[in-house]
Amino acid sequence: MADFDQELDATGLNCPLPILRAKKALGGMSAGQVLHIIATDPGSVKDFEAFAKQTGNELMESKEEGGKFLFLIKKV
Amino acid sequence: MSDKKLAIIATKGTLDWAYPPFILSSTAAALGYEVQIFFTFYGLQLLKKKLALQVSPLGNPGMPMPMAMDKWFPVLGTAIPGMQSIMTMMMKNKMKAKGVASVGELRDLCHEAEVRMIACQMTVDLFDLNPKEFIDGIEFGGAATFFEFAGEADITLYV
Repeated sequence: MADFDQELDATGLNCPLPILRAKKALGGMSAGQVLHIIATDPGSVKDFEAFAKQTGNELMESKEEGGKFLFLIKKV
Repeated sequence: MSDKKLAIIATKGTLDWAYPPFILSSTAAALGYEVQIFFTFYGLQLLKKKLALQVSPLGNPGMPMPMAMDKWFPVLGTAIPGMQSIMTMMMKNKMKAKGVASVGELRDLCHEAEVRMIACQMTVDLFDLNPKEFIDGIEFGGAATFFEFAGEADITLYV
């Protein structure tokens, strides 16, 4: 797991909350910083891909580990 | 990415149909869209400070009911007094258990994200609704107000 600057626990939350919380967290970070997101919503895998594509933030990593979905997003 | 616009007309005032406008608006705003929702007819219920939205199994054959109730109580059963409150309570509990945000929570998130909410003046008057019962920060307007924004929108939805 790469380094990150901030972590967001979105476990137990369902669409669209993980995306909205991530957007809020990224808003308080500076460019180049990395946000680590932990989610349990299986829909978040596709949604974070789409989120990154549309906002320009970079989805550095997306993986599943023990029933949890982990993402690393670098703020553009 | 930026400068895209989403316009939504929200016409329904039930707990289930309250979700599409608020989920799509908050998400679109997070993706950088400028968003406007025009609330008309029963959709005006979604603007009330005190949300009292309900879901009805009546006339909704697609609604899954617990314990195969839809099988034992076809159509008429869904009209039994109290059924609506029971279904509303069950739906709310289920949503909470599954981590689905409440309508009020999503509406707050829309507000934070500067989603513009417009109440249809004609239907506010038609139903004698008291504007004081609505949340703060909304605007009042008519069809022309909607088109001012929708005319330049990339996506327009009628819910």
